[in-house]
Amino acid sequence: MTLQITETAPPRTPKTRRKAPKLPLREQLIGWLFIGPFGLVFLAFLVAPLVYALYLSLFRKAMIGGTSFVLLENYTKAFTDPSFLDGAWFVIRFSLVLIPVQMLISLAMALILDMVTSRFARFSRLMIFLPYAIPAVIGALMWGFLYSKNFGPLGDFFGLFGATAPDFLSRDLIFYGLLNIVTWQWAGYYMIILYAALQGIDPTLYEAARIDGASNWQITLRIKIPLITPALLLILVFALIGTLQFFNEPKILRDLAAGAIGPDFTPNMYAYQQAFGLANFNYGSAISFALGAVVFVCVYIFLFATRKRGSFLS
Amino acid sequence: MTVSIDAASRRRRPQRHLPLQILLGFLLVYFLIPFWWVVVNSSKDASGLFGGGSALWFAEDVDFIGNLRELFTYSGGIYTRWLLNSTLYAVVGGVGATALAVLAGYGFAKYRFAGRRFSFAVLLGAVMVPATALVIPTFIMFSRLGLTNTIWAVILPSLLNPFGVYLMHVYVRDAVPDELLDAARVDGAGELRSFLQVALPMMRPAMVTVLLLSIVATWNNYFLPLAMLSDNDLYPVTVGIGQWQGIASANNSGGTSLWSIIIMGSLVSVIPLIIAFLTLQRHWRGGLAIGSLK
Repeated sequence: MTLQITETAPPRTPKTRRKAPKLPLREQLIGWLFIGPFGLVFLAFLVAPLVYALYLSLFRKAMIGGTSFVLLENYTKAFTDPSFLDGAWFVIRFSLVLIPVQMLISLAMALILDMVTSRFARFSRLMIFLPYAIPAVIGALMWGFLYSKNFGPLGDFFGLFGATAPDFLSRDLIFYGLLNIVTWQWAGYYMIILYAALQGIDPTLYEAARIDGASNWQITLRIKIPLITPALLLILVFALIGTLQFFNEPKILRDLAAGAIGPDFTPNMYAYQQAFGLANFNYGSAISFALGAVVFVCVYIFLFATRKRGSFLS
Repeated sequence: MTVSIDAASRRRRPQRHLPLQILLGFLLVYFLIPFWWVVVNSSKDASGLFGGGSALWFAEDVDFIGNLRELFTYSGGIYTRWLLNSTLYAVVGGVGATALAVLAGYGFAKYRFAGRRFSFAVLLGAVMVPATALVIPTFIMFSRLGLTNTIWAVILPSLLNPFGVYLMHVYVRDAVPDELLDAARVDGAGELRSFLQVALPMMRPAMVTVLLLSIVATWNNYFLPLAMLSDNDLYPVTVGIGQWQGIASANNSGGTSLWSIIIMGSLVSVIPLIIAFLTLQRHWRGGLAIGSLK
């Protein structure tokens, strides 16, 4: 189950082998009929916007002189624009911290829930997953309240020890404030994926290992974790794609965290500001396209590099 | 997949590791604290919120009903409108995306046709394209067509769910045997009939999962409707509450009364999806693992 861009022989169907090499026209036609409706949506709302964004990004609209073809000028501008570069640097730093933390937490929770089979554990599993069902906007709002000096409990809590509460909405700590929100929101979802993978492991493997004298730790490290590598890779890719297009949480916290989050905090926020704040659609498109392309290339390279060892997708 | 998971957990003897359970308890507190905060504070009025009482406990007068009434009457009852909009977008977008994914996943898994491998590779590539990168160009495209600020501006892009197609493909490939379809054909069933009557019922677990994932994605979407809509009456709940929050933070003194509505609004807006997840548990629990097993 590797991401096989060059797919090896179509999945084992004796039927095709009989009919090969020439595919009957009727089967082909029916196949395309099934794919067709999705294909149209795919062309209209994925391919067309991407091509259009690329096209728009090659032009510049000026007050004087109208629209002119500038080839890659928008891109050279973006990659020398401190707003874009700072935003990009922020989401990269953020992913480098967030993804390991999030994966460790969700893996630990999945392993615990795989071992403990009480009613309480089942209840916890469901509750830990719950934040996934919460819109990012509402999640950010809830944590924004908890961080807030006006309504939050942090002041009371730290007051008990005679300390001043950290302000997670301040310029210095907003990084951690956001880190906490995103972890809270997604760790449960990743945990469920890992948990399902753990439950799919044949329990006789553990018994065999135990007879050979393996401890719980050894079973976890040598059997469980290696066997769920595909699931770990899957969530890593999800986390990467999600984090690089960071938008909702900082956008919502902007109003609460006066001064800590600028309009160009992440590349996506910057593209939004350029397009909708400044009606600079050509430059906004260039940023969108650059972001999409960078994410795509990063994830693709990553999958290609891990193709042999673990395996997932397809 | 669902079946094997349930069976496996039942087969094992219950195991209680006390220290791990205590650790779980702490985790539970962490994950539930924002919910608790919202429940407690949606019962307070402005003076209860800002009056300096405990943030994690009820104030003297617990007034859920009053705040609920405020929420649903504020600004001509616009909140009801937003809830209905969210429901419309999520249901139409989610059901549509799922139907397309079911058809395409089945087509990829069970038919051989020219260009199949190439299309599938393109599909996998599309999973990796960040959805938000498409919002701005789609907006410009739609504004040329006069589609912005209509319900279609939100619904049409929500129909695109490449990951859903991929999940359906994996599931159909493994769970619907070719022999069964061949048998149906031998018995004289047409392609459409063998799909509808033989394959479709077997695809139900994956279908429920893709449906839930699509509905959640559309219900929770913020960037797309924020960009596409400018008319208050068309907003989904996420954009509406985001707007209230902006107003309330902008005028700190005059906006204080708005906060209790915002908190109540947040609470009400998360209830439908929580209920959906809790009641449909047995369906999604196994389904979420599709694509990550083996």
